[in-house]
Amino acid sequence: MAYTVPKLTDYSTAALDRATRDLLSALEEESAAVRTEPEYEALRIRWRARKDGIVTQVNDLWLKTAPRQAKRNVGQKVNEVILSRVDAVLQERHDHVKNLGILEKARAAGLDAELDAARCAVELAESIDITLPGVRRPIGAEHPIIRTSNEIVSVFQKLGYSVADGPIVETDYYNFEALNFPPNHPARDTQDTLFIANQQSKPQRERLLLRTHTSPVQIRTMEKMRPPIRIVIPGQVHRNDPPDASHSPMFHQIEGLAVDTNITFGDLKGTLDHAMKELFGSSVKTSFRPSFFPFTEPSAELYVTCFVCGGSGKRGTEPCRPCKQTGWMEVLGCGMVDPNVFEFVKDNGYDPKKVSGFAFGMGVDRLALLKYGVDDLQLFFQGDVRFLQQFS
Amino acid sequence: MKISPQWVREFVDLTVDDRRLAEDLTAVGIAAEGISGSGADTVFEMEIGTNRPDAMNHYGVARETAAIYDLPLKPIEPKLPSAAKAASSSGSSGTAEAVPFPITVEEPQLCPRFTARVLRGTRIQPSPEKIARRLQLLDQRPISNAVDATNYVLWEIGKPTHVFDLDLLEGGKIIVRKAKDGEKLKTLDGVERKLTSEDLVVADAKKPVGLAGVMGGYDTMITEKTRNVLIESAWWDPVTIRKTSRRHALHTDASHRFERGADFESTVLSCDRVAELILESGGGELGDVVDVVSKRMDQAPVVLRVSEVRRILGGNLDAAQMFRILKKLGFELIPEGQADAYFRVRIPSWRLDVEREIDLIEEVARLHGYDKFQNTLPAYSGAVIELPDAAKEATLRKRALALGYNEAVSLTFISHADAEEFSSAKVLELENPLSEEASVMRTSMAPGMLDMLAWNLNRDSEDVRLFEMAHVYELSASGERIEPRRACLGATLTAVKGSLPAGAVLDVSKGDQATAAEAFRSFKGDVENLLAAFECDNLTFDRQVAEYLHPGRSARALLNGAPVAQFGQIHPEVAAARKLRQDVFLAEIDLERLYQQGLRKAQFRPLPKYPAVERDFSFIFADSVSFEQMQKAVGHLRLGELRDFQPVEIFRGGAIGAGKYSILLRATLQSAERTLRDDEIAQWSAKIVAALQGLGGVQRT
Repeated sequence: MAYTVPKLTDYSTAALDRATRDLLSALEEESAAVRTEPEYEALRIRWRARKDGIVTQVNDLWLKTAPRQAKRNVGQKVNEVILSRVDAVLQERHDHVKNLGILEKARAAGLDAELDAARCAVELAESIDITLPGVRRPIGAEHPIIRTSNEIVSVFQKLGYSVADGPIVETDYYNFEALNFPPNHPARDTQDTLFIANQQSKPQRERLLLRTHTSPVQIRTMEKMRPPIRIVIPGQVHRNDPPDASHSPMFHQIEGLAVDTNITFGDLKGTLDHAMKELFGSSVKTSFRPSFFPFTEPSAELYVTCFVCGGSGKRGTEPCRPCKQTGWMEVLGCGMVDPNVFEFVKDNGYDPKKVSGFAFGMGVDRLALLKYGVDDLQLFFQGDVRFLQQFS
Repeated sequence: MKISPQWVREFVDLTVDDRRLAEDLTAVGIAAEGISGSGADTVFEMEIGTNRPDAMNHYGVARETAAIYDLPLKPIEPKLPSAAKAASSSGSSGTAEAVPFPITVEEPQLCPRFTARVLRGTRIQPSPEKIARRLQLLDQRPISNAVDATNYVLWEIGKPTHVFDLDLLEGGKIIVRKAKDGEKLKTLDGVERKLTSEDLVVADAKKPVGLAGVMGGYDTMITEKTRNVLIESAWWDPVTIRKTSRRHALHTDASHRFERGADFESTVLSCDRVAELILESGGGELGDVVDVVSKRMDQAPVVLRVSEVRRILGGNLDAAQMFRILKKLGFELIPEGQADAYFRVRIPSWRLDVEREIDLIEEVARLHGYDKFQNTLPAYSGAVIELPDAAKEATLRKRALALGYNEAVSLTFISHADAEEFSSAKVLELENPLSEEASVMRTSMAPGMLDMLAWNLNRDSEDVRLFEMAHVYELSASGERIEPRRACLGATLTAVKGSLPAGAVLDVSKGDQATAAEAFRSFKGDVENLLAAFECDNLTFDRQVAEYLHPGRSARALLNGAPVAQFGQIHPEVAAARKLRQDVFLAEIDLERLYQQGLRKAQFRPLPKYPAVERDFSFIFADSVSFEQMQKAVGHLRLGELRDFQPVEIFRGGAIGAGKYSILLRATLQSAERTLRDDEIAQWSAKIVAALQGLGGVQRT
């Protein structure tokens, strides 16, 4: 509905402000729609006609009828705000309309120079502040641990590895016995492993615990699938470690297993060297150092050149903390599958005389910690959006 | 553990510097993690695997060093007075009465060997400078020549020994036996320990004088007054030592080594070496050795095939290289078979970790150098198989992220109280929980999610949307453990309101009820968006939800009649108990159920050629009439051209009477074959009006 000047009954400053605001916003709205000279002329007459133009009406309806004590206030408003603003808006619009006209004519006549000038003027008049921040609809962030885990899994998928999984509440058999842990191995202590209650009546191998590594899935998979196999196993594991900056009772691992008739230690090295270059960049170097795990032999720890300092042990002049200045970082444990492990699944085609294989396992949380330079492991498990959004 | 390279150099003539030595040891798995000090005071901080007790001493490190550089290893040969030559008595009875000092081993299985010597008339005094200095370098406190001798030998050859004041041993004999329940022993650290019948002790005729393999007794220790000494060097059953050490929370350098297996053949050598060191500084008269061997620990020879080394390691190591490496480490090899196809290998007594061919292969690989093996990639032609639900999980994750939910990972434990409050499932309880709050495996994702929402609200993050996909843990009716997968969404009221576009508001009435209704709709839309990724021809909602949800503001979603999710606003009392600073919304989705559905397949439908016609109907209904009822009533009309039927605006209050609400409904009519005629539109509109009136609705004009 077109704007009409209301009669004023209330001459208070607030009421006057409100009426002025309505009037000016009507003016802005009407003026923005004007694009041609005739339209502009109509607009000018509607607002500025000496006889019955809106400004004149304001004079009549607001100023003349105002009570004596309000006159000064109303007069000031009408002259200083309304009159000047109306004239300014009309002038601005007239310039714009003129430019539009020139643009139109120049376009029709093919006058390039004038066309450009007019176009510039029009575009300038239509320009807005592009430095105002954009409206960002929120996008959720994938959890850094899940993201890291997925990245690692996909590196191995490209090498032909399938994904396998298994239960988190495991039996002693799969978590320890079939992985060649001797009966009295300290890992079975309640100090290290979290156990399910009320299992005393069961034989040891059937007792339930929270798996301490993803390795039990090696056995479960070999029970189901005959060789050759190549699998990666991402998943949650638990240990009896109170939470602190570098420990959590629940964390994530990725296990890998390759078994075939001809797998060698050189294959283990080559595969992991390739995977590390995929993960951390082609310039990364790997080094294997002897280690010990009950379920692999020979066993090794894999070191890569520190991806924070690039292997120099220094960051600028400061010592590199993540690698303790050594230039190397331990990233995973690995080795050739111990023949004793194969004995547990021998009937499914895993005769250690005929097949060989390698296995590896890495802590995803620690890798994510190093990769993103996070200084406290607990941040991963608090669900703090200020932290999570950093990975968006 | 600390190692002095200077001490190591006593046994091997090295030309490399300490830094290089540290690197080369590390490369063969005898890790020198740090170097401190300089010159003769240089010390390596070692990290030696639990399977290698033989390398937890200087001679053991020297042996590895000799193997690395292919240098001779000098023997340790204690020089003792000729009268005190080793006179072993290998009685199988476990008792040796006819020897210089009577020793009875009552537990031959747990103490297969007990070696001792008597040293009379010696002087107890501070150790010579060289011994004291070396011990100090390893952070060991020098005490007296006799005690330091045992300590020195422990760090030199890794064999723990013990010295008693002979005159304080009552009855003049030693008995190795189980302790009696309640028996007491004050150990060297001054702590009086109550023993059990599971503890193995070294005793004299009257009392225990040492906790076997762990720590000696206080009352029989060497003092300044001591003149006569009994030197003990035994071999103890590792499991027994470990249990005793744990039971008494007493971890010593001795127990550390016995637990992992000491060198069975070094009892006499170590005993002699201790005697030699005491004699050097304190003098005295050395008695004959007493060596009670109840059971020998000989290891069977192992066959090592050259072909097997290559099968496992790859590459082309030759037999001569294998021979050289193993020989240097103390293995004896006898080549056999055609062209030395295999070796018969005798395992040295200090290598308890080597029992099988594969153990020897590891030794060969280790000393050859892991990094020297060429990197190869194995050929493989199998297919890559994803987990069965991988695509479904990935789709859900992507959708949740797109909806603005941040992925969270929470701990898997909850308290008993939470388990009871949030689920009716039978819990898996932990035997050794980290705390009372983490005593059972979670049966619901809700408590963890609420904790995370509260964490954020307490840190002034108000616009919070989280999701987590993980397992819950239950005992099934038959007592089997199961790990069903769940997805959980959590959002604060601020976030839920914020994601509702201005144009999407339905209920324009004022007040909390309208706000709650709109917030619920916003959250429900997110749940629907997740479920909509799956084939679902029949998705319905009812109010059968868990008690932790607000009964009036929550719903259960059913797929073809089977429950798949519950969601809505948290019950005010649950929110209050957790001191949540805002209303929060939660959804638990049963992924086991959802994943039974396939992912929705995109299917093309031709775009309409003829215009759609919209007709609005303004009605007043009683509050008891739900939109679902209107939808059904109109659906029952089976109007073939009805494309859509939606609420557009809802209003309560004002001119609308209490217990009633006004609703504006919009029907979209369209034909695939033609433009609709006014008369048929009017006819259908009338039918819709009649159907709505059938529900008690009054049309507004």
